[in-house]
Amino acid sequence: MRVHRKAGRVLALTAAAGLLVAACGGDDSGGSGDSGSGNGDGGDPKTFIFGSSEDPKTLDAAYVSDGESLRVIYQVYETLVALEPGTTEVVPGLAEEWEISPDGLTYTFHLREGVTFHDGEPFNAEAVCFNFDRWYNFTGPQQSGDVSYYWQTVFGGFATADLESSPPTSRYGSCDATDELTATLNLTEPSSALLAGLVLPPFSIASPKAIEEGGTDIEQAGDSLSYTGGFGSEVVAGTGPFKFVSWERGESLTLERNDDYWGEAPALDEIIFRPIPDPTARLQALQAGEIDAYEGVNAADIGAIESNGDQVVERPAFNVGYVGFNNKLPIFQNEKIRQAISHALNRQGLLDAAYPEGAVVANQFLPPEQWGYNQSIEGYEYDPDLARQLIADSGETNLTLEFWYPADVSRPYMPDPQAVYESFAADLQAVGFTIVPKTVPWTPDYLQNIQGDGLGQLFLLGWTGDYADPDNFVGTFFRQDRPEFGFSDPAIQGLLNEALAETDQAARQALYEEANQAIYDYIPGVPFVHNQPLLAVAGHITGYTPSPVSLEDFDLIDIEG
Amino acid sequence: MLRFIVRRLALLVPILLGLSVLLFAWVRALPGGPAYALLGERATPEAIAAIESQLGLDRPLWEQYLQFLGRAVRLDFGASIQTGQPVTEEMLRRFPATIELALAALLIAVAVGIPLGYLAARRYGTWIDNLAVTGSLLGVTIPIFFLAYMLKYVFAVELGWLPTAGRADPRARADHPTGFYVLDGIVTGNLDASWDAIQHLILPALALSSIPLAVIVRITRASVLNVVNEDYVRTAEAKGLLPGTITRRHVLKNAMLPVTTVIGLQLGVLLAGAVLTEKVFAFSGVGQFMADGLVQRDFPTIQGFILVIAIVYVVINMIVDLVYGLLDPRVRVS
Repeated sequence: MRVHRKAGRVLALTAAAGLLVAACGGDDSGGSGDSGSGNGDGGDPKTFIFGSSEDPKTLDAAYVSDGESLRVIYQVYETLVALEPGTTEVVPGLAEEWEISPDGLTYTFHLREGVTFHDGEPFNAEAVCFNFDRWYNFTGPQQSGDVSYYWQTVFGGFATADLESSPPTSRYGSCDATDELTATLNLTEPSSALLAGLVLPPFSIASPKAIEEGGTDIEQAGDSLSYTGGFGSEVVAGTGPFKFVSWERGESLTLERNDDYWGEAPALDEIIFRPIPDPTARLQALQAGEIDAYEGVNAADIGAIESNGDQVVERPAFNVGYVGFNNKLPIFQNEKIRQAISHALNRQGLLDAAYPEGAVVANQFLPPEQWGYNQSIEGYEYDPDLARQLIADSGETNLTLEFWYPADVSRPYMPDPQAVYESFAADLQAVGFTIVPKTVPWTPDYLQNIQGDGLGQLFLLGWTGDYADPDNFVGTFFRQDRPEFGFSDPAIQGLLNEALAETDQAARQALYEEANQAIYDYIPGVPFVHNQPLLAVAGHITGYTPSPVSLEDFDLIDIEG
Repeated sequence: MLRFIVRRLALLVPILLGLSVLLFAWVRALPGGPAYALLGERATPEAIAAIESQLGLDRPLWEQYLQFLGRAVRLDFGASIQTGQPVTEEMLRRFPATIELALAALLIAVAVGIPLGYLAARRYGTWIDNLAVTGSLLGVTIPIFFLAYMLKYVFAVELGWLPTAGRADPRARADHPTGFYVLDGIVTGNLDASWDAIQHLILPALALSSIPLAVIVRITRASVLNVVNEDYVRTAEAKGLLPGTITRRHVLKNAMLPVTTVIGLQLGVLLAGAVLTEKVFAFSGVGQFMADGLVQRDFPTIQGFILVIAIVYVVINMIVDLVYGLLDPRVRVS
């Protein structure tokens, strides 16, 4: 059988070669297989082609939370406050400076002068407030969690609460255009995470004229929502270093340099985003020179990429993967059992075997790059003997546990869930647990079973930071009750709520460090990894600066040649 | 003839009704269903409840089905979860790509398959025959995606002759008034764009043609072998007709009858095969959209795609029967 297969391959290839020669007629002049970008002809435009995994949903920044939409939007629009490239440090963006009132309720932004939108409209305080008022006045399906996720994360609710899920109150009070270049944001309650949130692309300031002309309707269409507005697909106008040219859905989305950009002019003339959903197809497209970069590199492909003269770029690990416990089950209410598991798992062993280089063992539910990380926590030690002792001391006799892991999925913190399961299940069985594997497809089954219905006993899950604030990690997991963790600890929740309301940065940091210690001591689950997502970038590309929060500035990119 | 067409089209109604019940029940039976597909990792119980009431998922099943049917009759399947655009619009946008690819693959399959099958039959038992038979067996058994990766590796990555992905060089910014890229180049007078589109078509079409090509070779060979042994061919030879005339008038015309049926059926196979081929080549047709839809649980897209494929299948079968009648007077009489 094996011999036949091989022979068939040769046959098929020979036959195909014959056809090809006939079809090509030996003429190679039109070969688009060669990347013409930056090949040193001088006159050639510098084009950077990014192989994305899918099309953006829309370029209306307020409606998106998925990575492919955010990536494009980040090049076209700007926010009041920005991120220093490659870090999570908040720096001036469209606002040159800002003041925060002592009670934390008033933010005064002094705007940059001489900035114009891509449609020629002036950027000013009125435009800023137009955008904030637009978001605050979202109605109906616009308030749906998958449409305005980030507004709800940072500001809470809207002018009216139209859906059952709409947060009842909003932190947003009003926006006043005090003068041409001063915009004042009034809050109803202080939120110390506000500035870190405002750097996100969904808070991009777009041209009011473009928004009104294009239209921003969302309609209910059958079982799903349809983005029927033309703003974000036909009409796009921000202030960023690149402006929208064209979008042929499924094929390519083209941006070109904004020659009127207020900041330093980008080196690139043009950026093209090409959706290539299949990861192997992206690798082949990079090897053939058809794309210049892609995200989501398999650890197994690193050798092939580097031997081709291309670069593998590591993004700082801004995520956490963990083994969660369903603490409402009696066995997990036994502290000794939670402790036993924390000592039974050989996390370094797993990382050595199943993760790419650069992955580090986690000992808290937030990454070391995030302030609020408690440096004094040393982490649970791998000690199977101690684990056995703890189990003996616990008095539990039924040591059978269901261990849930998702099938057919790769997450930034967990490239291969099955490998994680196999390694940890073996560790747990070695100390005396009986492990029953449970696996279902990631979406929607796994997420529903674990996060919705709390069916997990032991389960694998994780999180990638949306923005650089500890509340986005530990607040998400433990500030309210969550079905998957199934426990309610007043001390931990109290600390996290207090930390979110606190406006003094030093005091906040101290509170988060204390909360992390409390979580570490309670052991609601065992964090095991901060993983570095990998990108592949062509050898002739310079200046690709990986960002911990996946917001990469393409205006820093240049093409050698 | 007209009655035949009307009768066949009427047959569509019960088929589609049955299919609509299946499609509807299938989506509702899946755990989570549309609400989870929309929210993903960020799903909280409150958000799920809100989405379900907003989408009417909390109403009785029969009511939901009638609504689904009412929309489906108007070809309204809702918006794609992947893109937030109406499914019908997405299908219309992507169908030209799939048709272009399927026709190119069929062209290769027919242009190579029929002569090869004929040759194998006339040189029965020789090395050509053996090669054709073994080759076609392999063509049917090699998985399309494996063949696709190999073709790309050899001709695109290693040799650099052809592109690995997409339908056109995105830097060219060509206009596409019809959505058929090869045709678009001709219509807009941009022949470079047509040539570019053809180059992007070759590898996916080759990969996709592997199964129909193999099937056509085998059926042609078997059919020709059958016909050359018929009495009327011997009679023609006895009459002293020229070999070329016998081949054209008697052998090929009769041997083509089963081949026509198979070609028609292969069109359906091509549409199904396009799901894999388009995905591997990032060829933005309905097949790729369907493949991504499956991964992302894009129910509206999957429902729409399956219904459209069903209609296409029935219509193609009808056309095959009509062509059959043209080729074979005996069918018309009966």
